[in-house]
Amino acid sequence: MNISGVEFIKGCSAIGAGLALIAGIGPGIGQGIAAGHAASAVGRNPGARSDITSTMLLGQAVAETTGLYGLLVGMILIFVQPLAK
Amino acid sequence: MMNPVLLANEPDFMIKGIFSYQLFGQTVWITTTHVCTLIVMILLLTFAFCVNRKLKKTDPYDAPPMLVNIAEFIMEFLNNMVTGVMGKNAAKFVNYISTIAIFILISNISGLLGLRPPTADYGVTLPLGIISFCLITYNKFKWQKPVGVLKGLMEPWPFWLPINLIGDFAVPVSLSLRLFANILSGTVMMALYYSLLPFFVKIGIPSALHVYFDLFSGAIQTYVFCMLTMTYISDAIGET
Repeated sequence: MNISGVEFIKGCSAIGAGLALIAGIGPGIGQGIAAGHAASAVGRNPGARSDITSTMLLGQAVAETTGLYGLLVGMILIFVQPLAK
Repeated sequence: MMNPVLLANEPDFMIKGIFSYQLFGQTVWITTTHVCTLIVMILLLTFAFCVNRKLKKTDPYDAPPMLVNIAEFIMEFLNNMVTGVMGKNAAKFVNYISTIAIFILISNISGLLGLRPPTADYGVTLPLGIISFCLITYNKFKWQKPVGVLKGLMEPWPFWLPINLIGDFAVPVSLSLRLFANILSGTVMMALYYSLLPFFVKIGIPSALHVYFDLFSGAIQTYVFCMLTMTYISDAIGET
């Protein structure tokens, strides 16, 4: 089986994209922690439910950013293929 | 552009050029993003004109008609949102925040109309981030005076200055990248779903995905963009 250089780089780019998406672990943990604390906060103070929910969503969306950077790197590696040019 | 992996039919979510023209020796493309942005703008303008015409004819002592009710509801919601975060400075910024909120929201959920969302193009979100950044910086210089800004940059210790500068200039990048990546991931996910799977799972099931990726994610990201802009502006104004 002969593999040309460009094909090899494309395959390695796909592996790199998969590795870049390991970045999804961090935001997952962070969002889970945020949601858990929000749940306990609602349990303690059910009256402040709407405030807690909006704060939680804001914090989760900010925590998501790092995961999205990983996603962007993965997408650029797969669809734009800067290394194979 | 696409690489030939094992796809039944190629997923189709890239920005496509429609026609190009020469401007100062550069090739400039009119892309799907421009067309979709124009459609969104026409939708918003049509709504605004309808409300305006209706509003002029409405008798203020009578029960408001449906369209005026909807417009009042939207306006009241945005006003309450801005007032809740910015307090007494809200009056100056409610116009800007409402404008970007409505534009981003309609752009994000325009995937439901079969358009490619304009916010899934970095060329749309980066200007939004830069406009917000200019507003934040202007307010910082206006309210804290240059001396206060310099003092804020050297916050814990003077040699912290470069790190604080990087932190300041990361604001537009992170604002725009967050919006862009969220909407792009939704678009890519929907395109992959529609192109990779056999036809019988494309009936009914995608509606749930559309609700999550277009409606929920789009609304949340709109809220986050406006909320962060407001928080940064409030920070810039400081305790006055």
